[in-house]
Amino acid sequence: MSSHEAWIREPLVLGDKSYHDISNDIAKPIEGKANKQWWIVFTISVIAMLWGLGCIMYTIGVGIGTWGLNKTVEWAWDITNFVWWVGIGHAGTLISAVLLLFRQKWRMAINRSAEAMTIFAVVCAALFPGIHMGRIWMAYWVLPLPNQLGSLWVNFNSPLLWDVFAISTYFSVSLVFWYIGLIPDFATIRDRAARAAKPISHAVYSIMSFGWSGNARAWHRFEEISLVLAGLATPLVLSVHTIVSMDFATSVIPGWHTTIFPPYFVAGAIFSGFAMVQTLMLVMRKVVNLEEYITINHIELMNKVIMLTGSIVGVAYITELFMSWYSGVEYEQYAFLNRASGPYWWAYWAMMTCNVISPQVFWSKKLRRNITFTFILSIVVNIGMWFERFVIIVTSLHRDYLPSSWIMFYPSWVDIGIFVGTLGIFFTFFLLYARTFPVLPIAEVKSILKSTGSQYKK
Amino acid sequence: MSTKEIHGLFADEEVLKASAKALVKKGVHIKDVFSPFPIHGIDPIIGVPPTRLHIAGFIYGLVGMSLALFMFWFTLIMDWPMNIGGKPNFSLLENLPAFIPVTFEMTVFCAAHGMAVTYFIRNTIYPGKKNWNPDLRTTDDKFLIQIDLGENSVSVEEIEAILKETGAEEITQK
Repeated sequence: MSSHEAWIREPLVLGDKSYHDISNDIAKPIEGKANKQWWIVFTISVIAMLWGLGCIMYTIGVGIGTWGLNKTVEWAWDITNFVWWVGIGHAGTLISAVLLLFRQKWRMAINRSAEAMTIFAVVCAALFPGIHMGRIWMAYWVLPLPNQLGSLWVNFNSPLLWDVFAISTYFSVSLVFWYIGLIPDFATIRDRAARAAKPISHAVYSIMSFGWSGNARAWHRFEEISLVLAGLATPLVLSVHTIVSMDFATSVIPGWHTTIFPPYFVAGAIFSGFAMVQTLMLVMRKVVNLEEYITINHIELMNKVIMLTGSIVGVAYITELFMSWYSGVEYEQYAFLNRASGPYWWAYWAMMTCNVISPQVFWSKKLRRNITFTFILSIVVNIGMWFERFVIIVTSLHRDYLPSSWIMFYPSWVDIGIFVGTLGIFFTFFLLYARTFPVLPIAEVKSILKSTGSQYKK
Repeated sequence: MSTKEIHGLFADEEVLKASAKALVKKGVHIKDVFSPFPIHGIDPIIGVPPTRLHIAGFIYGLVGMSLALFMFWFTLIMDWPMNIGGKPNFSLLENLPAFIPVTFEMTVFCAAHGMAVTYFIRNTIYPGKKNWNPDLRTTDDKFLIQIDLGENSVSVEEIEAILKETGAEEITQK
């Protein structure tokens, strides 16, 4: 049968699927019961989450003196974790927005879960600035509200305030974008529940689907709003990590005060985000039997993005090194020499190995299409990207201008607890999502079936 | 005036499109089409006018931008100028470079949320709204043409004949 697409492109939906099969396959995890593995992983995640929440409450009750911070290193794991989580979130928006603008059909299989990942990651990220305030009950001071202090307004010149606006805009816009896409799929689940006579899930999904009926006018507006929101989300995602990088770049700390930071951080964010998408998708496609939708082809395409952004990150590292030497500023030169050969050399070389060398193996097609290898590498990249932020933050701070202030940073059990807790929050949310939300966009997969389904490409 | 409706159910969007074309050619007015995913090219056939959602989005964006600029001017220039690193606190224009990031964020914030709210209002969907698709299978794998007889002068028999001829799987009257 003739197809709508060049035969050289690999099919994105395998197996001879009908529209009804797609609904069945994607609705199955929601309509079925959770298996034992799900409960085990969920229990571990909830325990980690509760432990983290306990550590957060301890921090709020006692103060941030419970962390390993000191007078020299006054910013460490909190901001490292913040930047790491925000970065992970970026892949979701990139997949849903940028790939939509580029009309990349392969985004359809992964966008829903990548967007969910974005939202949960931003929740984890937003926790850190909140608890770092020390007095979290004063958090509303970051908003430009009329107040009793002689109308002392917030400082719009400060990158930290730009961050408040960037993160809240990013979170809320991603949430709306995600939800608008979910509404038609909730309607599919709702009508399936009605036909199977399941009153409770019908009632729940009725509310969640907002009464979506799939009429032509609604679909017409749906396509329009998806396109315009993608157009808005694309510069938004670039602006968010640019602003995060400006938290550092606008300061005068050696190693932070560089103009390369915005593009370098954005590339790093996409790099780490895609690695996290790989980690999650490789497990999810297996657990909920979606291997025919998230195919080896999808994995290879994502690996190509990882390789590209990893290479950009590598170029940025080397440019930074070159510029510190070329600038002739001895503070800059020392900062980078100290990173590579000082007491934190192991963190620096862990970052270099994980982020610069390891993604280069993806030049090999065989390794790009190897699932086990991809899974291991995705975790390596995530570790590497955490170390990148740690290296930037702690190695620049721990050698202050006065050698008498030189010191090392050691995380306290509360630091570690909160980080583990955010992993718990993330996975708890993601596991709940995987059981109750359609993890693939049902409507959008149906819309690409005729152009990319394997039975139409024969 | 009768309020009766005819529903033609199809298994394929291309077949539905051809059928809709045949119906419109005979002068039948199609009330609406229900489908599990957007059918490309159906809008001009059944006469759905292009949406103006993007224009609304642009206006919301302008509102957001103006709001942000007014906020900077009022708080940091007019009401309580502060010396922050020697930045020009007496002029909005001269201090503008530092205000660009938040201006951008506010523009996007208002454009995106304004558009989303408009989208919900125009589609008349909200939590608690009851769905009105005539057949529950239209969110799964079926496609439906809805014809309101009150809006049509073509006879029922004729409409049914066209639907049948062009490949409708089921034809129901309500």
